[in-house]
Amino acid sequence: MTELIRKTAAELAAQIHSGEVTAVEVAQAHLDRIAEVDGAVHAFLHVDTEGALAAARAVDEDVAAGRPVASPLAGVPLALKDVLTTRGVPTTVGSRMLEGWLPPYDATVTRRLREAGVVILGKTNMDEFAMGSSTENSAYGPTRNPWDLDRVPGGSGGGSSAALAAFEAPLAIGTDTGGSIRQPGAVTGTVGVKPTYGSVSRYGLVAFSSSLDQAGPCARTVLDAALLHEVIAGHDPLDSTSIDAPVPPVLAAAREGASGDLSGVRVGVVAQFGGEGYQPGVLRSFQNAVEQLRSLGAEVVEVSCPSFDYALPAYYLIAPSEASSNLARFDAMRYGIRVGDDGTHSAEEVMSLTREKGFGPEVKRRIMLGTYALSSGYYDAYYGSAQKVRTLIARDFDAAFATVDVLISPTTPTTAFKIGDRVGDPMAMYKADLCTIPSNLAGNAAMSVPCGQSDEDGLPVGLQIMAPALQDHRMYRVAAAYEVARDAALGGAPILSVPELSGAAR
Amino acid sequence: MPSISRDEVAHLARLARLAVTDDELDLFAGQLDVILQSVATVGDVAAADIPPTSHAVPLTNVFREDVVRPGLGQQQALASAPAAEEGRFRVPRILGEEA
Repeated sequence: MTELIRKTAAELAAQIHSGEVTAVEVAQAHLDRIAEVDGAVHAFLHVDTEGALAAARAVDEDVAAGRPVASPLAGVPLALKDVLTTRGVPTTVGSRMLEGWLPPYDATVTRRLREAGVVILGKTNMDEFAMGSSTENSAYGPTRNPWDLDRVPGGSGGGSSAALAAFEAPLAIGTDTGGSIRQPGAVTGTVGVKPTYGSVSRYGLVAFSSSLDQAGPCARTVLDAALLHEVIAGHDPLDSTSIDAPVPPVLAAAREGASGDLSGVRVGVVAQFGGEGYQPGVLRSFQNAVEQLRSLGAEVVEVSCPSFDYALPAYYLIAPSEASSNLARFDAMRYGIRVGDDGTHSAEEVMSLTREKGFGPEVKRRIMLGTYALSSGYYDAYYGSAQKVRTLIARDFDAAFATVDVLISPTTPTTAFKIGDRVGDPMAMYKADLCTIPSNLAGNAAMSVPCGQSDEDGLPVGLQIMAPALQDHRMYRVAAAYEVARDAALGGAPILSVPELSGAAR
Repeated sequence: MPSISRDEVAHLARLARLAVTDDELDLFAGQLDVILQSVATVGDVAAADIPPTSHAVPLTNVFREDVVRPGLGQQQALASAPAAEEGRFRVPRILGEEA
């Protein structure tokens, strides 16, 4: 039974649909694994044992009755980031503010997963309101990186990335506002995809920065990510920024890429993402990946995107500005906690006391930063200028994609850092998202695929592949081809080198 | 361009409805100053002739047919309320002592 947890989603689906194993057995194997190791990893905030087993039973009934299964992933378990609403199942966004909240509705992503027969195991830990790069900002304690339990699993989606690396689930959902899918993927040696903005519905995704937030698939292989991508993507009338266009053919592209030929594909290395501030072992792993892409037939050139140097500062004005507005809805009146309602305090005082108690330090910092950037007198210098930088970044992407098919860079400048190392220094924490932010600001597709381990510390490194908007399939093709070459060179998938976990809580 | 003073941070906290403590004011004033000095570099390249981008995807108005769809019922809407009374959200008094 234990080998079930090491299988890919595609393998599990094939075995479930052929009747070789039941979805219930697969779900139970993962629930057992969670019970065994999550005391140490803390990837989950809530495990929905009954819901998972009920969903698995429904798939088994279809298979037993000879009915067609609901989707190619029917019966496969998944870990869902706690930022997406689940009807009747707690959704906290990693915040005290929503402790105990039972949403009255499913997010569109949740609904699509349920309709596809995907077995949702539970809700994963995250930085509060998805603000952070380490999952240390969760009000419920940090998640630990299965590669080294003293290190962070990235953030904000560290629960989802750790669940994959700890073999607690073969699939996960993340959300990426500035890198919260890709950076955790990189530091845990897993695959993380931020689809084109607007291609996965934001309905039921608790808003942080609405013009940047995008949900996407997380997995241990490129093919599994593509399978999940096709389940969750698509137009949704309930999201006003949802793109009404066909989902890019990412699954076909992943299969095509797996043939291992990238002849005719033009790959641009972003000149700005390297050098000072980058860990040498990360750059060496990245350089190895570049050479492998060349050996697969790709034409690799260097491309300059000078405005990318201003992406980080622009992001830390735009995202907090939108957050300060979005989080105004947590006013202690209709849902969430309420503090100080003792008859002596006015509604406004209760609001302020509740927000003081319900939000953690990073959320407060960003709300105040956004409030400042949007203030009259500062608006033009800060928010207005950041919006102009956003235009410059989109222009850099346009110019680059006129000459290359995809852009690549390291996903993050360093490997996983130690828990506690950056909590006191917000700017140091923010720099973890240096390479991932441009694609959020421009709205194009980007993903991280593992590219081995850094030679100085043995920790995973991520290769970021960026593609134009609605050309998500281009990066899947490159990623799948690279994955084959990487595994051939390393003698197996790097994720299989994760140390054995003991169950002890730390 | 900044620095931001402790009093300014206290003002921001009031605007943002955050009843921050004195210790937090000391901490946040220092941190926000560092962050603001770092992000102010956007001004170096934001020339007057560059149009701002608020959204990566061009936004157009979205319409739907004007037909009734099911929404949240009263009980569902109130189920997660911090306080409810007589089928409504119960809220603290609106006016402060000085009013």
